[in-house]
Amino acid sequence: MQFFLTLKRSKLVWPLVALACLLLFNLFFTPNFFRLEMKEGHLYGNLIDILKNSSPIMLLAIGLTLVIATRGIDISVGSVVAISAGVVAVLIGGDFAGVPNMPIFAAMAAAVAVATLAGMWNGLLVSRVGMQPIIATLILFVAGRGIAMVLTNAQIIWLYNKEFFFVGSGYWLGLPFPIFLVAAVLAVTAVVTRRTSIGLFIEAVGINPKATRFSGINAKNILFWVYAFSGFCAGIAGLIVCANVKSADGNNAGNLFELDAILAVVLGGTSLNGGKFSLVGSIIGALIIQTLTTTIYAFNIAPEISQVVKAMVVYAVSLLQSPKFRARMAGLWVRKAVVHE
Amino acid sequence: MSDTPILEMKRISKDFPGVKALSKVDFRLFPGEVHAVMGQNGAGKSTLVKVLTGVHQPDSGEILLGTKAIHPTSPLEAQKLGISTVYQEINLCPNLSVAENIFIGRQPRRAGLVDWRTMNRRAEEVMAGLNVHITGSQSLSSCSIAVQQMVAIARALDTEARILILDEPTSSLDEGEVAQLFQVVSKLRSEGLAVLFITHFLDQMYRIADRVTILRNGTFEGEYLTADLPKIDLVTRMLGKELAEFTESSGRGPMGQAVVREPVLSVRGLGLRGSIAPFDLDVGAGEVVGLAGLLGSGRTEMARLIFGIDAAETGEVFVKGKRARIHSPRQALLAGMGFCSEDRKEEGVLGDLTVRENIILALQGRNGAFAYLPAKKQQQIADGFIQSLRIKTPDASTEVKRLSGGNQQKVLLARWLATNPTLLILDEPTRGIDVGAKREIMELILNLGSEGMALLFISSEFEELIRCSGRLAVLKDKVKFTEFTGDDINETNIMRTIAEGK
Repeated sequence: MQFFLTLKRSKLVWPLVALACLLLFNLFFTPNFFRLEMKEGHLYGNLIDILKNSSPIMLLAIGLTLVIATRGIDISVGSVVAISAGVVAVLIGGDFAGVPNMPIFAAMAAAVAVATLAGMWNGLLVSRVGMQPIIATLILFVAGRGIAMVLTNAQIIWLYNKEFFFVGSGYWLGLPFPIFLVAAVLAVTAVVTRRTSIGLFIEAVGINPKATRFSGINAKNILFWVYAFSGFCAGIAGLIVCANVKSADGNNAGNLFELDAILAVVLGGTSLNGGKFSLVGSIIGALIIQTLTTTIYAFNIAPEISQVVKAMVVYAVSLLQSPKFRARMAGLWVRKAVVHE
Repeated sequence: MSDTPILEMKRISKDFPGVKALSKVDFRLFPGEVHAVMGQNGAGKSTLVKVLTGVHQPDSGEILLGTKAIHPTSPLEAQKLGISTVYQEINLCPNLSVAENIFIGRQPRRAGLVDWRTMNRRAEEVMAGLNVHITGSQSLSSCSIAVQQMVAIARALDTEARILILDEPTSSLDEGEVAQLFQVVSKLRSEGLAVLFITHFLDQMYRIADRVTILRNGTFEGEYLTADLPKIDLVTRMLGKELAEFTESSGRGPMGQAVVREPVLSVRGLGLRGSIAPFDLDVGAGEVVGLAGLLGSGRTEMARLIFGIDAAETGEVFVKGKRARIHSPRQALLAGMGFCSEDRKEEGVLGDLTVRENIILALQGRNGAFAYLPAKKQQQIADGFIQSLRIKTPDASTEVKRLSGGNQQKVLLARWLATNPTLLILDEPTRGIDVGAKREIMELILNLGSEGMALLFISSEFEELIRCSGRLAVLKDKVKFTEFTGDDINETNIMRTIAEGK
């Protein structure tokens, strides 16, 4: 009982309820939705697919959670995914025999470093130049795809290196490898924000940057590093995307990912007004989005209306999170009950 | 003044979970009078106003407007009944024009479109009626705070108001602006309007109010004609304490002597054009140095330069005899300074964070992000200050925005005291808080001084400055003038310096 009371007060309860509803729906209406199979030591099934497919969005959402907590936004993450994919693809090279141009680890590190630099550029514009976050990151949102195209010579680079594919489609301990990447980034982020006072500083900046600066905290540095970190997360997501599709496509890699990632953060209960944030909430948010997508596929809903279905569910979850809406709904319920008597 | 009240609130009670906000409170308002409601924070003043304006519904009691019972359920409904309110925090849109602010939502139209010319003209007429001559099309942000306040009043009045509620309208105005506002209030009174006036300033209350209702702890303490109520009686009734206790503690503090010691802070020729003329200042350990001056005289600007918020163009700062380079609040913090801003809400506490998080913020900032204080230690620090400063809060994990103004101020003080600063700058620490909390904060200042902390104390209330300061500098028009010590620190000297400027 105590557990439920704590849960009810927690901000996570509504995202969890939404996810549970989606899963419950599938339990009744999608045959074999929960079936897990073991093939050659690898787990397969819808649930595993959801975890695996949502991992790039989860990574972006972790970075964006911190950005949004400072009352900022980073809409360039999708383009940074494309840049990271482009860098790693060019460095590994499209040799048909799969012989990489340089050691794979070095190529991946370079890609993540370039992505982090892109994030630092955003951070510089926001924290030092004082640009509004949406404008600052809009620049990279547009320019990023161009950079990715230049990197790949405006061609789709196909990769044949099997070791690199492991990052996207490999299995470890019976589970898809990207899940472990997400878990590692989540764990490190959680420790760094909650076991040091960085989390407190981020929230303070989001609530009131002026008062935070007056308290002797370097608010500009906090802002700068938050955007750099968002770039870092997008860099790792880029590796997964590139390894998964075995190619780098400057136009389509990570296309519209930023919207799903922002949505995941908001569904997870972190307000766009900044302040208190929840990393786990954003992960749940990403799972909601992916579960929804999978459900829509499972039902063979025509692609023309699948976006509408998605929008409607997102709308419902957002309403569920509004205390005002819930109070009103509860009011309706009570009034109806009285009428029935 | 007429004999029949336009408004009568009878035996109003209102409970909030755990708090009896109002208990059987009576209130009457006559047309053509200014009626002040006084009381400490938490006495029930704002709850009374909120019941009257329909924000809250009373649990019991009745409200009569004229002879008719009314039950307003929203501020809009109250406004339609003729009850208009101007709040402490001006809630206008600074980026819109004066006229737009006055007529927002009810712009005059012609053929379905907004009739800008009529709107601007009517705005100018309304403002002229309040003795303010401005163009309707100028943007609100270009007006002084006082004029903005008048615009708020103009908006409240435009809708056939019979009752005007002014909720602490003077807390951000300087002397001249208060006089301007009071002129307008007097004019409205003579036109038969009933004005309910809430303030913390005793002098202002005596200047403008005809009648006063005193509340204490949510109960009705009494209704008096201000002319018949000596100041000391008013304070006694608000505090519910004996006279002796109050007068005893309002004598000179132990800091009557200027301390001649190696200064902790020495400022030489620090200045910034348009902000403050170059000035020298020394503050010694265990010394309280007061800064007196009217609003806009450069007191706050001085503090901001010292604390590194604004960058000085000239001059040097020495901390404990050594040249200190202070270009940001962070460097000031590392040099052992603390600064409680006058703007508690915008530059002080972080409302959405808990009391604990607010208190440890600066300490954590000084220690660095990675020297994280364990949760237990944080709790210990927070609980320590909650106890020693008597911060009224359910616990350390309550969000600061839920506390009253006085308690928020104490949280802000605790944030700096937690860093154990060698120099603490207090900019109007007693603004907008109740008499009891004011006294506590002044006692705290004196105690900190006697424990060896150097304090720079800014206040608009000369009485406070005289009581606390060992040395007092007077500022006027962005220039620092004479310093007084010992018995020379008195109201006459301050007033003379401000008046004559030497």
